[in-house]
Amino acid sequence: MDFQAVIDSLPRYAEPLLVTIQVTVASAALALLVAFALGLMTSSKHLVVRTPARVVVEFFRGSSVVVQLFWFAIAMPVILGIQFDYAIAAAIIALALNYGSYSSEVVRSAIASVPKGQLEACTALNFTPIQRMRLVILPQAWPEMIPSLCSFAIMLLKASALVSLISVTDITRMATLIGGQGGGVNQLPHLALILVIYFVLAWLIWNGMRALERKAKRGVGIDAKLPKNRAIDAPAAAAGGGGAA
Amino acid sequence: MPSPTSNEPIIRFDRVNKSFGDLNVLNGLSFDIAPAERVTLIGPSGSGKTTILRLLMTLEHITPVKHPEENGGVMWVEGEPFSHMDKGGKLVVANERHLRQARQKIGMVFQQFNLFPNMTVMRNVTEAQVHTLKRSKDEAAAKAKELLDLVGLSDKVDNYPSQLSGGQQQRVAIARALAMDPDILLLDEVTSALDPELVADVLGVLRDVASSTNITMLIVTHEMGFARDVSDRIMMFDKGVIVEEGAPEAMFGDPREERTQDFLRAVRSE
Ligand SMILES: Nc1ncnc2c1ncn2[C@@H]1O[C@H](COP(=O)(O)OP(=O)(O)OP(=O)(O)O)[C@@H](O)[C@H]1O
Ligand SMILES: [Mg+2]
Repeated sequence: MDFQAVIDSLPRYAEPLLVTIQVTVASAALALLVAFALGLMTSSKHLVVRTPARVVVEFFRGSSVVVQLFWFAIAMPVILGIQFDYAIAAAIIALALNYGSYSSEVVRSAIASVPKGQLEACTALNFTPIQRMRLVILPQAWPEMIPSLCSFAIMLLKASALVSLISVTDITRMATLIGGQGGGVNQLPHLALILVIYFVLAWLIWNGMRALERKAKRGVGIDAKLPKNRAIDAPAAAAGGGGAA
Repeated sequence: MPSPTSNEPIIRFDRVNKSFGDLNVLNGLSFDIAPAERVTLIGPSGSGKTTILRLLMTLEHITPVKHPEENGGVMWVEGEPFSHMDKGGKLVVANERHLRQARQKIGMVFQQFNLFPNMTVMRNVTEAQVHTLKRSKDEAAAKAKELLDLVGLSDKVDNYPSQLSGGQQQRVAIARALAMDPDILLLDEVTSALDPELVADVLGVLRDVASSTNITMLIVTHEMGFARDVSDRIMMFDKGVIVEEGAPEAMFGDPREERTQDFLRAVRSE
């Protein structure tokens, strides 16, 4: 094993690292949009809204992400006649639809977990369904979603390595390209390197999400130090406990 | 049906039916409530008191009967069909648009307060004024301040509900309901979730509201002293029918029906 060679090759990882980050961030942002769109639709009481969303969710959850990736990268350009460098965009779309479908269940169940009494208060105050969603349900559901969405973001980071299968040069593909030149055993330090890179990126996502969660919980009047949902589940017990700040 | 004024009733139940699946909770229930009247509903658990209030808040919907023009099964509020709407001289079951317009006149305070935990006390009281009554932010805030003062919480405007005691939360909920200027206020066991030492404050606020406004009130409570003081009329329910009704003095002092006597004895020995 030649560690000096690994250190010398570090600059060559710069661009692939950007690709990995770009694919992860772009597909995560798009996946979040997809998750909310599908999550809101699957929460609808109207069958005509709910059904198509369910079909999309089950389709993307029920088929392989690798196959979806190949479809978007290889089959779609043929069908649609796309000529430009489409591989990264295809990867982003495929990952966003797949992870967005999974995450829509997070959105749906967080919406469903808002206590019924909150909805009844909205009726008593004559909010429209849109006002109810915007002012009451989503602000309360959002902090509940963050931990699960964080897990999906980290899974998405790791799944971004799949782009190497469609010849996009991310860090995974770079490691096999460089390491592969001198034989199998030389790949090991490169694989170790990208293992560390993925770990650091995941750690960054996790920390960002933790900060977001704390902020979101303050926004619903839940102090992170207090037991979860105390205000909602046991109003009477909150007497004195929250402190009359 | 006895009523203290000769006015047209503000609420009329005309042979109302309500079933949950096979369970017939209300079976042709009729009663009238006069404007500004305060009526307390008492009766054993499961007798349908909450169901009556929830029907009026449109949280539940009546079980329709055929030909409501002849057979009833209709709720009326302020002389207008409430559970139904007029369609070319016929009464048809109300749609969401009709209910939205109809329920504007009605406010409710819940046993579990149901304050919005994501909003400060101030926003809890202003948000619906701004969004559903289309008041300006300043107007809504002024109204909120006035009402929070009435319930004795002007120093808590910037707190979140989780930072308040149960009694304080319930007083905010009362202010929130009053901010909508309801003609009818529904109170369903609003002190039942409170620690005993917090009950008096909330009842005090409600006594103030009763004496300083002419809001029609429908009250479900186990606080018999409070019911006696604020009510014009007590209605005793059992199994969805009115067993007996009358002025509080008569109902609490000398109930005629055995079921009322048994019920009151049970409540008092609690
Ligand atoms: N959503 C529902 N689904 C099925 N049954 C219901 C529902 N809501 C109420 N019921 C039933 O209707 C009957 C009347 O209930 P309601 O809550 O009106 O009684 P109540 O007089 O308020 O009793 P309590 O004093 O215990 O509050 C009960 O038998 C109850 O179990
Ligand atoms: Mg009840």
